[in-house]
Amino acid sequence: MSATTAAWLVLAAPLAGTIVTGALFRRLPGRSAGWLGTGAVAVSFVFALIALAKLQQATPSHRELTSTLWTIAGSVGVDARATILVDPLSVLMICVVSGVSMLIHLYSVSYLQGDRGYSRFFAYLNFFVFSMLLLVLAGNFVLLIVGWAFVGAASYMLISFWYRRTTATSAGIKAFVINVLGDIGLVLGTFFIFRHTHTFDMLASFRAAPHVFAHGSGDVTAGCLLLLVGAFAKSAQIPLHTWLPDAMEGPTPVSALIHAATMVTAGVYLIARMHPLFQLAPAAGDVGAIIGCLTLLIAGTIGLAATDLKRVIAYSTMSQIGYMIMGVSVGAYTAGLFHLMTHAFFKALLFMAAGSLISAMGGTQSLDRMSGFRRALPFTFGCFIIGGLALSGVPPLSGYFSKDSILLFVAGRGGWHWALWGAGYLGAFLTALYTFRMIFRAFLGDPCPEAAELIEHGHLFHPQAPTNPANGEIEDTDVGFPGPDHVVAERAWPMRAAMGTLALLAIVGGIVAIPKSTSWLDHFLAPTFADSTLVGHASNTVLVIGLILGAVVSLGGIATAYYVWVLRPGLATSIRARFAAPATLFENKWYFDELIDTLVVRPGAWFGRFAQNSFERVFVNGALIGGSTGLVRAGSALVRASQSGLLRVYAGLMLLGVAGVALYFLLQS
Amino acid sequence: MSTLVFFIAAIGAITGAIGVIALKNPYYSALALAGHMISLAALFLLLRAEFLAAAQVIIYAGAVIVLYVFVVSYVGDAVPAVGANPGRIAALGAFACGTALVVELLIAVLGSGLQAINHDGAPYHAGFGTPGQIGTLLLTRFLAPFEIASYLLLVAAIGAVTLARRRHGLEDGVEGQPPALELADLFGLRPQGTGTMHEAGGAVEVVEP
Amino acid sequence: MSIAWYLTLSALIFGMGAGGVLVRRNPIVILFCLELMLNAANLALIGFSRMWGNGDGQIFALIVVVVAACEVTVGLGLIVAMHRRRLPVDVDEMRELSG
Repeated sequence: MSATTAAWLVLAAPLAGTIVTGALFRRLPGRSAGWLGTGAVAVSFVFALIALAKLQQATPSHRELTSTLWTIAGSVGVDARATILVDPLSVLMICVVSGVSMLIHLYSVSYLQGDRGYSRFFAYLNFFVFSMLLLVLAGNFVLLIVGWAFVGAASYMLISFWYRRTTATSAGIKAFVINVLGDIGLVLGTFFIFRHTHTFDMLASFRAAPHVFAHGSGDVTAGCLLLLVGAFAKSAQIPLHTWLPDAMEGPTPVSALIHAATMVTAGVYLIARMHPLFQLAPAAGDVGAIIGCLTLLIAGTIGLAATDLKRVIAYSTMSQIGYMIMGVSVGAYTAGLFHLMTHAFFKALLFMAAGSLISAMGGTQSLDRMSGFRRALPFTFGCFIIGGLALSGVPPLSGYFSKDSILLFVAGRGGWHWALWGAGYLGAFLTALYTFRMIFRAFLGDPCPEAAELIEHGHLFHPQAPTNPANGEIEDTDVGFPGPDHVVAERAWPMRAAMGTLALLAIVGGIVAIPKSTSWLDHFLAPTFADSTLVGHASNTVLVIGLILGAVVSLGGIATAYYVWVLRPGLATSIRARFAAPATLFENKWYFDELIDTLVVRPGAWFGRFAQNSFERVFVNGALIGGSTGLVRAGSALVRASQSGLLRVYAGLMLLGVAGVALYFLLQS
Repeated sequence: MSTLVFFIAAIGAITGAIGVIALKNPYYSALALAGHMISLAALFLLLRAEFLAAAQVIIYAGAVIVLYVFVVSYVGDAVPAVGANPGRIAALGAFACGTALVVELLIAVLGSGLQAINHDGAPYHAGFGTPGQIGTLLLTRFLAPFEIASYLLLVAAIGAVTLARRRHGLEDGVEGQPPALELADLFGLRPQGTGTMHEAGGAVEVVEP
Repeated sequence: MSIAWYLTLSALIFGMGAGGVLVRRNPIVILFCLELMLNAANLALIGFSRMWGNGDGQIFALIVVVVAACEVTVGLGLIVAMHRRRLPVDVDEMRELSG
């Protein structure tokens, strides 16, 4: 079996899973849909590992393999083929995606039990995994766009999974619309590139790029900027980020998989994959770096003020992806992808633990009501701690090494990139601060009533009536709403197994690319990025300073959080009162939603109403529809009038007819 | 001389026509029609069609008009006043129609450049228009039309009898409304004792109730 | 008299008969007007027969007379049937061909 065959099978397994689960959705008893879905992704992961092994057997110069199944459209200079590209980058991505997806599927087997849409969930989730794998394996721009669009669709379907909640459906639509904007950017960017390279095949395009584009020319910069629009929309960077916090309406496994580990990293993957083009357009790279930096800071500040548990984690995702975007935009491809991998581990872990905590709270997600779960949920607490330490970048967990390698490369670029370096460490401080704010508030302190019930009586809190955590509406537990079961990790072994594996990976995952020590990841990804012209070699001094600064900043952040929220309980409120203006700004998410509403939504709605009143009412309904029907009605009324039944009228008409015919012959002769 | 006769006959014909279309009383219309027919017979004689002139008077003015008079007296000559009279506009429209037709025909005939109609006709051969010639033509060249015409007369006679026969058992309609005609009435058998030819011929035993 | 005169007269009578058909409401009078039209046609036929000098036109006219007689028979039969069923003998009232 060759690497490319294994790659096709990686794609086939979740596709088969979604089709089977979808087709049999009414017949699958109990949790079998869950095991079926998990099995499909597990098969995919196995084949991904086989592809990895086979790829490494080849010599480094032969590690960019393509395989085409059929030609989608191949005329008039268009070569759209169903081609996959198997190279180190895509193999890394498929291993991470299928591995983390497998663990999240395992978690969901018990997390979503009792939900009436159980089989539908696993069908959708498998479809998402298929789409994401298609996206990263695509070797042709057309297939990339197809995978990109499918991922957006899967995200929509999964965010609005509990479709009878209006908040969920609105969030799904918001996510989809913003993703469509990104799709437009992607397609237009592809077109700009295609106009010059005249091929949709990625490798051919990259080979042709230096010859058809001048360095820094308008077309390639425009193309890369449009690709960046796509990347920003998918990866929730400023200003196309407003969909990500709302996307937390979906079930927690969805948040873990799509909005932490995989889909939002598609933008990062895109920039890394298109690096030959970005290297010809340094302006686009700079834009990416600046936006990434801005996002990591802004998201960090909002995370400090958020009170919904999942939204804090969502903003932390946004912030970490800011790091990754910044990294791959300045040229730190290996570092950025390393951070992508470690982030997938600890972020998925954090979301899973959050799911367990929310179950213990009976469905509410508000941090204000959570406290003292340390003794009630010890395993969840442990997972939170490990995930939080990795996220904050505390040595020797994986997050420390990945974040540091990005910042090291950034410093190595020199010049104005030192500002990005500084902002990166400020962001790290904020990360530690808000992460441990969340952990300390939820787990330390006096137990809240739900925790108390768990500690004293040993059973989970069940709310009187199921309510929507976002707006407090009473709902029921029928199809389209969450099921009545609330499952905590301490009581479900699939959840513990998944979380435990991820915790282990979060701890030891950093070993693959410790800067200046191990360079397994560097060597692995070298064939893909060998032609990279951007180098960021920092001196060893900078390396040491960076490592120490990273440790100090993260530990300092944890200490500050402990001081403010545990040791001096009223301090947080007084600080908030003192700095009311910035606090309001952070609490209102920097008013981005309001800004987009004023700039885009209202003019759009006004234009729609205007068009409806003027164009549609007058022209379409009036002239086109009314006119043609009016004409027909008038004509038929005219003709109907002649059918009067009067004999003499008929006789008269006959005579007129005869006269007419005679006249005709008269004129003829 | 013939011109004078022509004009007299022509005026008679036109007068008769006007009388037919203008007189309200159908008896008077019938009378006007009879006058018209006789004028036309005179015109036929002028055109040397003796047999046709005689046929016109005997068949048309004799039998057909009499038939009309019978029916008029059966139906009644009351001018029906039901419904609205279309009135002036209809009359005007009809006048326009007729005029258009006349004008067109005149143009067709007179403006067609036919030379022969400006003469009095072809040279006259003896025997033209006599019964002998008509008879010869009917039995030699026009034998088929002759036979078909006789079939036509037979069919018409049967049709008339079928349409106008008495049907027993057809009640009056509700409250003076005319009774509705149904297809079944044309083909249905009638109860006994209605006085059909079948019974009169003795084929059916008439059982006295 | 040239044949043109006879043809003119025929056209005139035909037009008058057509107008009469359109104006009168009594079906019997409408049949009278139809007779007028047929007679006019006969006049024209016999005029042409005289013009050509053979008897074809006259035979045609004779057959027209036969047809007219048949038509009168059937038409009057209809009118008698209408009258017998107490239907109004008026063409404006017989409107079931409408729609």
